[in-house]
Amino acid sequence: MAETSYDLIIIGGGPGGYVAAIRAAQLKLNVALVEREHLGGICLNWGCIPTKALLRSAEINHLLHRLDEFGLSATGTSFDLAKIVKRSRTVAGQLAGGVKHLLKKNKVTVFDGSGRLEGVAGDLRKVNVTKDDKPVAALTAKNVILATGARPRVLPGLEPDGKLVWTSKEAMIPEALPKSLLVIGSGAIGIEFASFYRNLGAEVTVVEALDRILPVEDAEISALARKSFEKQGMKFHTGATVKELRRGKESVLATIVAGDKIETLTFDRVITAVGIVGNVEGIGLEGTKVKVERTHVVVDQYAFTGEPGVYAIGDLAGPPWLAHKASHEGILAVEKIAGLPHLHPIDPLSIPGCTYCMPQIASVGLTEAKAIEQGHSVKVGHFPYVGNGKAIAMGETEGMIKTVFDANTGALLGAHMVGAEVTELIQGYVIARSLETTEAELISSVFPHPTLSEMMHESVLDAYQRAIHF
Amino acid sequence: MPIQITMPALSPTMTEGKISKWLKAVGDTIKAGDVIAEIETDKATMEVESADEGVFGQIVVPEGTDGVQVGAVIGYILAEGEKPGDVAVAKSVAIKPSAALPTAPAEVGKTAGAASQVAPSSAARGSRLFATPLARRLAGEAGIDLAGIVGSGPHGRIVQADVEAAKASPRPRAAGPTQTPTTAAAVPAASLTKDRVQSLAGGIGYDLQAHTSMRKAIARRLTEAKQTIPHFYLTVDIELDALLDIRTKLNARADGNYKLSVNDFVIRAAAVALKRLPEANASWSDDGVLLWKSVDIAVAVAIEGGLITPIVKGADLKGIAAISNEMKDLGARAKAGKLKLEEFQGGTFSISNLGMFGIREFSAVINPPHGAILAVGAGEERVVVKNGAPAVATVMTCTLSVDHRVIDGAVGANFLRIFKGLMEDPLGMLV
Repeated sequence: MAETSYDLIIIGGGPGGYVAAIRAAQLKLNVALVEREHLGGICLNWGCIPTKALLRSAEINHLLHRLDEFGLSATGTSFDLAKIVKRSRTVAGQLAGGVKHLLKKNKVTVFDGSGRLEGVAGDLRKVNVTKDDKPVAALTAKNVILATGARPRVLPGLEPDGKLVWTSKEAMIPEALPKSLLVIGSGAIGIEFASFYRNLGAEVTVVEALDRILPVEDAEISALARKSFEKQGMKFHTGATVKELRRGKESVLATIVAGDKIETLTFDRVITAVGIVGNVEGIGLEGTKVKVERTHVVVDQYAFTGEPGVYAIGDLAGPPWLAHKASHEGILAVEKIAGLPHLHPIDPLSIPGCTYCMPQIASVGLTEAKAIEQGHSVKVGHFPYVGNGKAIAMGETEGMIKTVFDANTGALLGAHMVGAEVTELIQGYVIARSLETTEAELISSVFPHPTLSEMMHESVLDAYQRAIHF
Repeated sequence: MPIQITMPALSPTMTEGKISKWLKAVGDTIKAGDVIAEIETDKATMEVESADEGVFGQIVVPEGTDGVQVGAVIGYILAEGEKPGDVAVAKSVAIKPSAALPTAPAEVGKTAGAASQVAPSSAARGSRLFATPLARRLAGEAGIDLAGIVGSGPHGRIVQADVEAAKASPRPRAAGPTQTPTTAAAVPAASLTKDRVQSLAGGIGYDLQAHTSMRKAIARRLTEAKQTIPHFYLTVDIELDALLDIRTKLNARADGNYKLSVNDFVIRAAAVALKRLPEANASWSDDGVLLWKSVDIAVAVAIEGGLITPIVKGADLKGIAAISNEMKDLGARAKAGKLKLEEFQGGTFSISNLGMFGIREFSAVINPPHGAILAVGAGEERVVVKNGAPAVATVMTCTLSVDHRVIDGAVGANFLRIFKGLMEDPLGMLV
């Protein structure tokens, strides 16, 4: 059994852990990365990336049905679900290989197994690595970063079974297209699958406990997205919960309760996407100062847990549950450990969120309602896709860009977008926020024509009653 | 793009510094961690390490330039594959403000004298000021001079949070009640321009010696101390014969491991006295008197161009030999300008000893935030009265300057009583 000492041990090789490992290597730390299943984590293998591959197929399929609109025609178009899934897996595999190569290039030692804190030796932390309950290595390091991620939350009565009731993982590798699908939960994950399956032709029903879909987004964005999805044929039950799933041989009988209204509907398959819980078990937190609240590790602004030498990042350390947040936290924690000066904690209001449904949704900062709730007097700008030349030329006229400014200071409090390619556009507002840009700089910036990004300009102009094209 | 080397903030209060020396020449290969320059701050000369690697491409701020603002570009490192010519691209942006640096101090003088139309924010720092658009707007609306704010953003950039913090704790304004906030910051209470001072002196000729960062820090801190701290003074004579005897004996058996000075005993005795009388190891704050949990003694050391106060931390927990060796090391490195920040910033009590210059007694200015400073004179043979008859003894006069807000007369007297007891019966301070 290898017994080795390192400067830093990272437990978990997802987008938080492997990025932290590379940053640490750049800073000349001797790093060990412990990963129990697959490098790249959920994001790369069973999350962000493979779903984007699936959604790309769905998007092209969608365009195939609109060929005539663009003056094109094709006969005998169809899709092969198995090939779509295979492509998605190939994409994930290619990227996982890329991560392996990057770690090797940076001389990060990767241990295949589960890492667990095992107390201290002097001022060193001990970490034991096991695989299938067999010891693999006993490691020591001054610092440990926990990056074990999270898994889907399971609600009683709605337990996934992998066959009829799916989590995101099974939903990513369907053998056949279900005729009817129930999606429980309308967050980013639920809505992305709803969009994918609807696009390929499944009858999709979404149940959301809160009063609107995509509840973390701005209310206007939620409403516009819902209208668009309903036009595509999706059905929604908001303010509703699924009380019971009666599983048959090839279908599920779901009891949906909304107030005093009780409905029982039959579906081929069910996807539960009701949030996630942190992977806090089996990593040796017992007896340490690490505090776990609602399945997530409590950390300070530099990802420090309070237990000497122990940091936690990413999904394990709480919301927002986003890969880019995990990566950024990983880098910050490593730079803190390396003693770099002038570090800046992450501003949660400058972390963008993206949902890759059709139309796409992206946002950063405060929603209009939150801004008002926090005591800001606001100036709000809107600009619709239908007023943008490029959007019309592309045939993508559904959508809107909304900006929220503090009326007194001109600070950009938030930006909220729904429409084609908004996930690629949002970074403009993210940079604006991190540079503390006011409306003045955005207004005086020249946006290229003809682009979708012109709407970002117009939305700002609109907040100050100066929109040109609307 | 070539990598910018910027003026680092080497202490929380540092807003500008002087490039005293470049240690790398253009064309040198630089690794992360290499010392590339020496920078003179308020109090010390410090080494600056490179965080990046590459080839040293260009010096933007030449050696000897004073008043370089924290965050300003001082040079460039070329990344792999970049040629020196690449700097030109970045240079055209960055060199403008930097080129103005050498003349900037003169600008400050002019502004101060004439209170003219020069924008106070740009003049006060003598170089380009980095602030986010939002920070600029917030400061403008609140009437806060950005030049008085230390930025916490990337490369020292002033961000929204810095302006909000400045708004929450307004800086004490100069005395003139009619001054507007912006001019208050730019115009010192008494504008002692060289021309004015010359005319006060009757118009005689002079050579101008430019202020060093240390000279400015001494002027600022001690003016603040004398103007804001109600000082009073307590003086006591101490007979040293017993101490000198023990010192001789101890040094005789040192075997090269130590060489004790009288000052080492002074540090030790003061530390023990402060430990026994915690009320004297204290500092004033608006929220209450802070009774320190550690006895950290700052000892004034004269160095080229001024003085510095290295600190013997936890002096009550250290033996005389340990104190002595530590002081020798601190003193030597102080004179070489090589002290680390934490070695001279802080402390709970100070000692200033001018005995080696033959000074019989003097009173010292309190070094904020300390509650007191002990001024130590020379040990000399004096005639004293013992049992009604004249006798000769080696006597040293010490004067304690006390911050009356924190320490009253009786407490100060009690401290000196304990201190005197330890010095005259030194066995008491050995345990």
